[in-house]
Amino acid sequence: MTNHWVDLKNSDIILIIGSNAAENHPISFKWINEARKKGAKLINVDPRFTRSSATADLYARIRSGCDIAFINGMIKWVLDDMEAHPEKYNMTYVTEYTNMSFLIDPSFTLPADNGGKFSGFQVMDEFSIGQFGQYDKSTWKWQTDADGIPKKDKTLKDPNCAFQLLKKQVSRYTVEKVCSVTGTDPDAYRQVCELYASTGAPDRSGTIMYAMGTTQHTHGTQNIRAYAILQLLLGNIGVAGGGINALRGESNVQGSTDHCLLWHILPGYLKPPTASQQSLQAHLDASTPKSNDPKSANWWQNYPKYFVSLLKSWYGENATADNEFGYHFLPKLEVGRNYSHIALFEAMHAGEIEGLFCWGTNPAVGGPNVNFEREAMSKLKWMVAVDLWQTETCSIWQPDVCDDPASQQTEFFLLPAAASYEKEGSVVNSGRWAQWRWKGAQPPGQAHHDLWIVSQIMNAVRNLYKDEGGANPDPILKLRWDYGYDPSAEDVAKEINGYALVDIVDDKGNVIYKKGELLTSFGHLKADGTTASSNWLYTGSYTEAGNQMARRDNADYHPAGIGLYSNWSWCWPLNRRIIYNRASVDLDGNPFAPDKFVIRWAGKWEGDVPDGGWAPMNMEGTRYAFIMKTEGHAHIFGPGLVDGPFPEHYEPLEGPVDNAFSATQVNPTIKVWQPDEISDRNEFPVVCTTYRVTEHWQAGQMTRNLPWLVELMPQVFVEISKELGAELGVETGDPIKLSNVRGSARAVAIVTNRFKPFTIEGQAVHQVGIPWHWGFTGLAQGDSANLLTPHVGDANTMIPEFKAFLVKVEKV
Amino acid sequence: MNVSRREFLKLSGVTAGGLLLPAGAALAAKRFPLHKPVGETPTICCFCGVGCGAIVASGPDGKVVNVEGDPDHPINLGTLCSKGAALAQLNLDPGNRRLKTPLYRAPGALDWEEKSWDWTIEQIARRIKDLRDEHFEEQDGEGRIVNRLRTIASLGGAAHDSEECALIVKAMRALGLVFIEHQARI
Repeated sequence: MTNHWVDLKNSDIILIIGSNAAENHPISFKWINEARKKGAKLINVDPRFTRSSATADLYARIRSGCDIAFINGMIKWVLDDMEAHPEKYNMTYVTEYTNMSFLIDPSFTLPADNGGKFSGFQVMDEFSIGQFGQYDKSTWKWQTDADGIPKKDKTLKDPNCAFQLLKKQVSRYTVEKVCSVTGTDPDAYRQVCELYASTGAPDRSGTIMYAMGTTQHTHGTQNIRAYAILQLLLGNIGVAGGGINALRGESNVQGSTDHCLLWHILPGYLKPPTASQQSLQAHLDASTPKSNDPKSANWWQNYPKYFVSLLKSWYGENATADNEFGYHFLPKLEVGRNYSHIALFEAMHAGEIEGLFCWGTNPAVGGPNVNFEREAMSKLKWMVAVDLWQTETCSIWQPDVCDDPASQQTEFFLLPAAASYEKEGSVVNSGRWAQWRWKGAQPPGQAHHDLWIVSQIMNAVRNLYKDEGGANPDPILKLRWDYGYDPSAEDVAKEINGYALVDIVDDKGNVIYKKGELLTSFGHLKADGTTASSNWLYTGSYTEAGNQMARRDNADYHPAGIGLYSNWSWCWPLNRRIIYNRASVDLDGNPFAPDKFVIRWAGKWEGDVPDGGWAPMNMEGTRYAFIMKTEGHAHIFGPGLVDGPFPEHYEPLEGPVDNAFSATQVNPTIKVWQPDEISDRNEFPVVCTTYRVTEHWQAGQMTRNLPWLVELMPQVFVEISKELGAELGVETGDPIKLSNVRGSARAVAIVTNRFKPFTIEGQAVHQVGIPWHWGFTGLAQGDSANLLTPHVGDANTMIPEFKAFLVKVEKV
Repeated sequence: MNVSRREFLKLSGVTAGGLLLPAGAALAAKRFPLHKPVGETPTICCFCGVGCGAIVASGPDGKVVNVEGDPDHPINLGTLCSKGAALAQLNLDPGNRRLKTPLYRAPGALDWEEKSWDWTIEQIARRIKDLRDEHFEEQDGEGRIVNRLRTIASLGGAAHDSEECALIVKAMRALGLVFIEHQARI
């Protein structure tokens, strides 16, 4: 979230799309309803009439997989209105804080000119559903002046400026065309456009709340880009009651991502080195952006400070200037190779991976195409699973699911772990609040917290290498791993925060930190090896003043009472509760929305921690508002993604119709791993999506073992429309079967008005939905929805396409 | 000293949790007399990403007595959803389903065997070293230093504490792993 949960109360219009917050984040409605008491309206866009829809002021149906068509049409609506009535919008925000004024390379062309692709497409593969490949992005750039600074036209009239190009791109997304693709009622759609566009007024704000309904598509990242463009046009980023707000589904998915349990990032969103970067300097040069514009903060220019401080934290005194601070202890990625979840299971299935750690995760239920992923895991030599329960993942050898257990040769080690309140440490919520948890009970039997478990394993491995030697022991033995028998969460939290390795002096020679003292700001990290921090984002979370994450002062000290709760826990970065907040003020530092200001200038900034401390834009020595962007402006033209600088509608891998916008059916930059496993729409004509229910959680191991929750929600079900029910002769309570080219799942039918057939380009299309929590262990068992989902991911992130695929529905 | 329950929780939150428990005792700078042998500790719900506060009440044996919403928490103000309301059952474990000792399933075996931690850790370390010694790549086909291990992968976990994540990622990268993923991807 750019903002946070309590901030929902400051919103004028709340748009829930790609999320069922009432079901999956119920407490968010405490703050949505607080906003509504003050006159705010709630819009919900969803394929199914959910608990969120039931409480909304305005509901619009959308076929799964069509967010880009839906939002591009809203963007067109806003741009048309903005040209006719600029006084209704915050044109200062649009021209000064976004890159709408940037002049783009004249040779850049749009999908309308290239059969659905942007300029530079290079074909690498061809299957029945189209051509696939990657873009040569050499035309996806802005023009620069002699000093290397982007050329701008702040009148937004130049035909090559981002504003005019965006206008051209969305001109094809008329209300009629959009609704014929999404299946939305045109009247409802117009109301959504008009109501949401009202947040373009400088003193109004709109928020977008989204979750996996948005991300889990082959074009999921572009879905979010579309939201971001809409929010920037309306001046809704950085303001109270605004933002792009991802509703996180797990208690620490934010923290675990910040700490980068992911192949493509190192703690604090740093980059893992690649094989082509054979020296620390080569890595830093490739990873550190440069700006020629003196008014751009270009925050990532600090990359070397964060990277070297991480190396010092990990390798301690074994990281020296002479050995490039231990740079070569780090593994190097193969250039161009993807190691993400889907790629990992493809490699495992092909026999490349032989050993697997599963830390509190259950891919045998939660992964895409679980028949394939269970088969991949059955080829392992060994698996170490650390969990509270016996999950499906560590049970794939058991007689009820394995045809021949005696010939199943995988060794399984299952380690009992402590639950959340049986140990100490911090978790980070969606609003980036790092909240400390104390130990409140004992774990059962010999169960231990994971710090103890990982430390035992590493101590044992290190001892083996010490005693026996082996393949390059240095990265293991030179690691600073001095946590003792039972690591303390507090000690690790201090190490994450970072500390001075020598006395640190400021520009005037004053000692600001004595050697060993905890740092208060990542602004003090150094690239010369004199500071250590294992995650720069968390510098300030545990200082000499104590554990900031453990703070429990629940007063709101913000002068406008916008509910920042800045002394409750701690949030990154630097306890800034609403990020990009320097975009919430005009060029003199006066807030666009004085009644609910985030920051304001009164000779110094008041309110939230400002996004960079620089003075307002009209003053000397200032910096642009979007400090993380190299040019200092938010990207409406976004050349960073692999599939286009603007969003363009494509159908899912398995779409029920031809793409009505172009001849390019599917996002052409995705990796098609299993071209033979695409369900044919003639045989499998029904759109299916997966979702969750309040009473269960993710792959189910944490809730299908609790009797109270099993009693509330015992059984897997499929929701189908009354029309489809009548066609199939199915009534509520009947057992039915969903199937496609990958597998089948049985469930009980709920025949309901919550789904309605769509009319897509004049053709009737049915959609059904199934929750994905169930599996074959636990107190409540049932077929996993992921028996049906495809092993394909988003072009940028490789998140699987769980939310739109094809099935056949049968009565059994 | 009279301390109201709300004040007690605020104070204990900053200084010491789980007053009657060994892990909390080490931190207990301040102690207050209680009338019942039940310790109360603030926590954050382990399910979704809202981060609601809850209060764990546990007895001298370390078993949970009750978990309820934390009225002082600025997000949930004491309320919880159905999952949060079931937090107590994670520790009460009425179905006796929690894992309590390390378990091992040998190749081809039809059941688990209970094992000691010492045996289990020793065996895991040996498996890691065997695969690493066999497959560790110091250089790639072009003679470039890569120091990586592709035959072991790590998955999880988005429900871990940040401190646990920090040590897991540090350990996995140190072993040379490149296949490192968790639930954020899926």
